[in-house]
Amino acid sequence: MEVDSPSCIQAKFKSDTGEETGSPLDLPLNITKDQLQLICNALLQEEDKPFLFFVKDVEITTTIKDALDLKTLNSEEVVEIIYQQQAVFRVRPVTRCTSSIPGHAEAVISTCFSPSGKKLASGSGDTTVRFWDLNTQTPLHVCKGHSNWVLCISWSPDGKKLASACKQGRIILWDPSTGNQIGKPMLGHKQWVTALAWEPYHRNPECRKLASSSKDGDVRIWDTVTCLTLLSLTGHSKAVTSVKWGGNGLIYTSSQDRTIKVWRADDGVLCRTLEGHAHWVNTLALNTDYVLRTGPFHPVMDNNAYSDDKNVLQQRALDRYNAVCQQGAERLVSGSDDFTLFLWLPEKEKKPLARMTGHQQLINDVKFSPDTRIIASASFDKSVKLWEAASGKFITTLRGHVQAVYMVAWSADSRLLLSSSADSTLKVWSMKTKKLELDLPGHADEVYAVDWSPDGAYVASGGKDKVLKLWQH
Amino acid sequence: MPQNEYIERHQKLYGRRLDYEERKRKREAREPHKRAEKARKLRGIKAKIFNKERRNEKIQMKKKIKAHEEKNVKQNTEKVAEGALPVYLLDRDVQSRAKVLSNMIKQKRKEKAGKWDVPIPKVRAQADAEVFKVLKSGKSKRKAWKRMVTKVTFVGENFTRKPPKFERFIRPMALRFKKAHVTHPELKATFCLPIIGVKKNPSSPMYTSLGVITKGTVIEVNISELGLVTQAGKVVWGKYAQVTNNPENDGCINAVLLV
Repeated sequence: MEVDSPSCIQAKFKSDTGEETGSPLDLPLNITKDQLQLICNALLQEEDKPFLFFVKDVEITTTIKDALDLKTLNSEEVVEIIYQQQAVFRVRPVTRCTSSIPGHAEAVISTCFSPSGKKLASGSGDTTVRFWDLNTQTPLHVCKGHSNWVLCISWSPDGKKLASACKQGRIILWDPSTGNQIGKPMLGHKQWVTALAWEPYHRNPECRKLASSSKDGDVRIWDTVTCLTLLSLTGHSKAVTSVKWGGNGLIYTSSQDRTIKVWRADDGVLCRTLEGHAHWVNTLALNTDYVLRTGPFHPVMDNNAYSDDKNVLQQRALDRYNAVCQQGAERLVSGSDDFTLFLWLPEKEKKPLARMTGHQQLINDVKFSPDTRIIASASFDKSVKLWEAASGKFITTLRGHVQAVYMVAWSADSRLLLSSSADSTLKVWSMKTKKLELDLPGHADEVYAVDWSPDGAYVASGGKDKVLKLWQH
Repeated sequence: MPQNEYIERHQKLYGRRLDYEERKRKREAREPHKRAEKARKLRGIKAKIFNKERRNEKIQMKKKIKAHEEKNVKQNTEKVAEGALPVYLLDRDVQSRAKVLSNMIKQKRKEKAGKWDVPIPKVRAQADAEVFKVLKSGKSKRKAWKRMVTKVTFVGENFTRKPPKFERFIRPMALRFKKAHVTHPELKATFCLPIIGVKKNPSSPMYTSLGVITKGTVIEVNISELGLVTQAGKVVWGKYAQVTNNPENDGCINAVLLV
């Protein structure tokens, strides 16, 4: 005897933050994703916004029927359809290398786009920092001042300064429009600097403070106008590997002494020590990284609403920060040499939210997607893994690289992911299919640094073969 | 022998003569003249000893001056090391791997032209008389068309001898080699690798075909155990190397890999 499967189900819409939208509806089982999108837009009184739909954690790709397990379906029950709004704009995948610019005399170790995505800088083993003209794709300025490898560079959130740090522990500020040094070099670190982090724009639109972490175990907060140390955060017993400046006035540092420490930025008081990892903590990522990085610049929307007023810009940055961080607290994810990731709520608890296991080698880089829904982790086991940012649940593994994956970068619309590897290729992964979208060979050797511009137009990559490559659609 | 430091004591109590500094200065100013006179006057063994001492003194003086000068110069001596690494690789001991061999095409082109950029560009020509020893043959040792190679040779595995009676070139077993010590110039490491063949002996094409290995010969070696990979991901196995020593004198083959 066969049971007729029902043709209709009771369903209601729910946002991914848990708010219910509208009353329950009768929906036919063969309703498609596009039709759901129309209904959802009508319920929310929006126009043509793209959504993703989930029933019982399964994404609806074609129709509800395919996503639901009809055997176990209780037709009396109201099915919850969870919708997630996606970015309105689309970033097109980079497909070709538009230019490979020689210039650096040694391996390119770091590349970084400015917060507005209009400027590009790179640091190299030949002790120089170089600025590049994105329009003509030619070299713009060569900045000499360091005496050893330039390990990390970081743009100030207003895009008017670039900080670079070298293996001798010096930090120098550069003016991107002229290529000249600003102020004196900041001396103080006894060993190389591992990471730089600026104070977020919505905390202080002057962009004065800079945090740097060093191999010698110190974290220093600098006043970039007087070029002096304001605070020295000591407490880690081994090298500090990464520093992040959160949007609520906290500084997060990870260290090889297996701990993550949370400091108050104003007075340097140690708030919390997060323990859990069993080996070096290599990398940190905040769910607000993208919005803190871009600050007042929205990559797509704000082009016409240009303003010079710092208060307006600060308000704009604050609005954007609050929009992303509406659940209240920032989330932190840490990747470690013990092959696991931990998800933390560092403002509130010492306990981790989730422990994410699965990698078979150390984790070198981890990034939140700009819409803060997915975490991507790059590991030396040649794979990239995706995790749900809310719960830490494993989504999928992206395999394709034949050697260690060094870095990952998200596109601004969170629909694409880019990974760079020691096998000299870049790979673009589609988040829709969770598969390889494009393979970008071209580098002659390991790719050390990659960055996707915040507006999504360019990708810059540099590596051991000493050339900087720009990739476009 | 003075029993106490009475001179110092006196100086402390009463001070020095008033013209002490002046006299000291003059004495010091006279010193070179005195020394010059002495040098002029001394003869024989004494002159020798004096000159030797004076020379050593001068060397010491010059060294001291140089050291002082160096102290004054600002030190920016710490050389920037090659092979820059990003922060995340600094604490990990990444073994230096050979560069991805992207110059396969170049090598093929060179192979066609038969020219390489080799570490030893000038090779001494090997005369026939040096390489070959004439062997007499025949019942009454009247014939002299047989030759014995007196240099190191490489003989391929699938080589079959001609009937000994008609064999023109004899390559002695004791001088046959199968392996070479090959140095990778970038890795600065040496490996004992099997030889695949003799690519070119610059002295003569005949030596190439005979497999004679002398200094400057380009040989092909099997580098599969080095694990070098092409850009396409295939393992490279044959590469050329140039011999840097005189194998017939040393009893081993040393070579540099041509990268």
